Amino acid sequence: HLTVTEPVAVLKADEVWGALRGLETFSQLVHEDDYGSFLVNESEIYDFPRFAHRGILLDTSRHYLPLKSILTNLDAMAFNKFNVLHWHIVDDQSFPYQSIYFPELSDKGAYSYNHIYTPLDVHLVIEYARLRGIRVIPEFDTPGHTQSWGKGQKDLLTPCYNGEQPSGSFGPVNPILNTTYDFMTKFFKEISSVFPDAYIHLGGDEVNFDCWKSNPEVKEFMKKQGFGIDYAKLESYYIQKILDVVSSYNKGYMVWQEVFDNKVELKRDTVVQVWMENNYAHELSRVTGAGFTAILAAPWYLDYISYGQDWKKYYSVEPRNFPGSEEQKRLLIGGEACLWGEYVDATNLTPRLWPRASAVGERLWSSRNVTNLRDAYDRLTNHRCRMLRRGIAAEPVFIGYCAHEAR
Amino acid sequence: QLFVFVATPGCDGFPSLDSKESYKLVVSEGSLLLSADAVWGALRGLETFSQLVGRDENGTYYINQTEIVDFPRFPHRGLLLDTSRHYLPLRAILETLDVMAYNKFNVFHWHIVDDPSFPYESFTFPELSKQGAFNAMTHVYTASDVQVVVEHARLRGIRVLVEFDTPGHTLSWGPGAPGLLTPCYLGKDPSGTYGPINPILNSTYQFVSSLFKEVSAVFPDFFLHLGGDEVDFTCWTSNPNIRAFMKEMGFGEDYKKLESFYIQRLLDIVSSLGKGYIVWQEVFDNGVKMRPDTIIHVWKESSTPYLQEMANVTKAGHRALLSAPWYLNRISYGQDWMAAYQVEPLEFEGSPEQKELVMGGEACMWGEYVDVTNLAPRLWPRAGAVAERLWSDATVRDLQDAYARLATFRCQLLGRGVQAQPLYVGHCEHEFGG
Repeated sequence: HLTVTEPVAVLKADEVWGALRGLETFSQLVHEDDYGSFLVNESEIYDFPRFAHRGILLDTSRHYLPLKSILTNLDAMAFNKFNVLHWHIVDDQSFPYQSIYFPELSDKGAYSYNHIYTPLDVHLVIEYARLRGIRVIPEFDTPGHTQSWGKGQKDLLTPCYNGEQPSGSFGPVNPILNTTYDFMTKFFKEISSVFPDAYIHLGGDEVNFDCWKSNPEVKEFMKKQGFGIDYAKLESYYIQKILDVVSSYNKGYMVWQEVFDNKVELKRDTVVQVWMENNYAHELSRVTGAGFTAILAAPWYLDYISYGQDWKKYYSVEPRNFPGSEEQKRLLIGGEACLWGEYVDATNLTPRLWPRASAVGERLWSSRNVTNLRDAYDRLTNHRCRMLRRGIAAEPVFIGYCAHEAR
Repeated sequence: QLFVFVATPGCDGFPSLDSKESYKLVVSEGSLLLSADAVWGALRGLETFSQLVGRDENGTYYINQTEIVDFPRFPHRGLLLDTSRHYLPLRAILETLDVMAYNKFNVFHWHIVDDPSFPYESFTFPELSKQGAFNAMTHVYTASDVQVVVEHARLRGIRVLVEFDTPGHTLSWGPGAPGLLTPCYLGKDPSGTYGPINPILNSTYQFVSSLFKEVSAVFPDFFLHLGGDEVDFTCWTSNPNIRAFMKEMGFGEDYKKLESFYIQRLLDIVSSLGKGYIVWQEVFDNGVKMRPDTIIHVWKESSTPYLQEMANVTKAGHRALLSAPWYLNRISYGQDWMAAYQVEPLEFEGSPEQKELVMGGEACMWGEYVDVTNLAPRLWPRAGAVAERLWSDATVRDLQDAYARLATFRCQLLGRGVQAQPLYVGHCEHEFGG
């Protein structure tokens, strides 16, 4: 609750996080007149977010992101009232996370020794985020997307076979070995203590079954377990055990939608992230219909660039536009703008994310009826110039100029 | 020590379309020799040399024994920047020129003014930028700025081809030059809005003469780009005085004839100033009478397939420049540099003589969505694909090989402080901002 009058303005909030949001709003109300004087209009604002989970996904595996770019991005997030950094920290291509228990993972799996996040780096990100009211949810995506894990952890990944012989290549995490679960238990113990947030994202997307199908020991295991030829069951078997591991550390978990789609048994407080664009409204119905919390990313893959003012289509998404009861819709707790890293690194991250992500930021914070595009355009262009002034190299929305251009 | 030998001495001149850019580089035990006919070739050779130098694990610089005889396939290898849709600070233009040189681009096509803003400070008509710039104090190019650009380019063997696009794309000219643009009409009365330059007034041609006299003196290149694209006839049609003129001239309802009337007079003015000219393809498509040495700039991808247009233009005996498949402002997801790389400018039906008329092409970075915050990553390394297509032999087209070299080059650009974006997943030894 922000009241601006003479001689003092008063900002009241239940918790410090509200105060942070209010301070951001206040900072945006201050403007400069033609003579260089700073002014703020008399105003009274009651504000609160529509959705509780308003996130940005950054991918530091496809391309390493130097610490500075992550921190700059956290600043920009705070300017846009985003409150979750979904840190997709490792993947197939590289493993930059320096693990305390398993230093070989980054020793062998990172692009180089210069492409690493030390425990101090990680701590810095978490604290920098915390001071801005931003949660850091790390994602350690398994069993797919794990090629880089195999470099530093022998026997973790499934060896693929060419007929009778190992082909030399590797597939997803090997779900049939006890050593796999010993490793994961120890690994997630570390993750649970390093990252203070109540949730860890466990991934579970795009698991390719070809390698498992080629491996005779896996085939043998499938038979023994009575899974037939349904490899989704094997995937579920693995995920289940990982979920249990993570639960035992008192963490909640987030998963990509495949984990739900493949009928894995999930705890009540699992958050399912809907990312597949095809028919995502129906997926939201299904997920919430089954009683699970959901967050929406599908229409907000900002790495999918195109020519023109695409912010408009991000802004026009109405997350609750899916068939379901009011109770169901309450289970949709927010969403995330995702900037996957195949074509993104520190050279183009800021202009590619901002101000496009701002459209998502408003959609997740503001009331449902704040939808006028022309009005949004005026405010967005203004906000873009504001971000420039604050040192965020946000790209232009359209033709025009800012009084203080980027240097 | 690299010994540089240039046959024709002197570095005081300006590069031109006819400049010799060939060079020979011989690296052998005990001797490094770069030889060229002209200093422009030496510049190209020096760039190549700089790219051949490597550094081993111990930090020692080395260069492999090698013999290179190199020359460009096309003499006009350009990059277009648009400083009207968004103002680009001087620093950004100068940095772009540096990176152009790394890519052996040799023409900077400066699309300096357009509808949204007029940042060019004219000494003949100071009101143009005073009234037409986004901000007349902070978003302009002074005479000194322009000279800095011209000289910075010259030292890198880059021609500055300035474009003052008329009669369309001129809204920003209106406030500073009352009476220049056509007043549009709503029925019997002026609507308050304006259209293209008014082609029926003598004052128009006096103005154009004076402006281009100044532009011809300020920009030393032989060629000026005169634009001539996307002229919207609606405003002309609405204006009763123009309609009367059309009748008088016997143009009927064909406003293309009126457009041609203007362009023809413009071309004559510019010729009399001793300059050559380049125009967008509409001028050719609309049947304007041009001098045979006019260069036509092919940019449209929609109506006629651009290769067909290249054939038509060269068949008519005109020299041609290709930009249509190289609009780098049209971004899309993925490795779009590959499509740019695979373009074959001469892949049209025509005689060898026709194909000789293709002077080269330009990668265009239109400014609707581009300013200094995203210019470098959007330009590089994608423009490099166009640069190679224009310099290297037609047979150099293996995508896999090109990827490997472009990815390495991208890391080199990072090392040189250029904010070039990644091609695909991977890393460079030293990341940007790391």
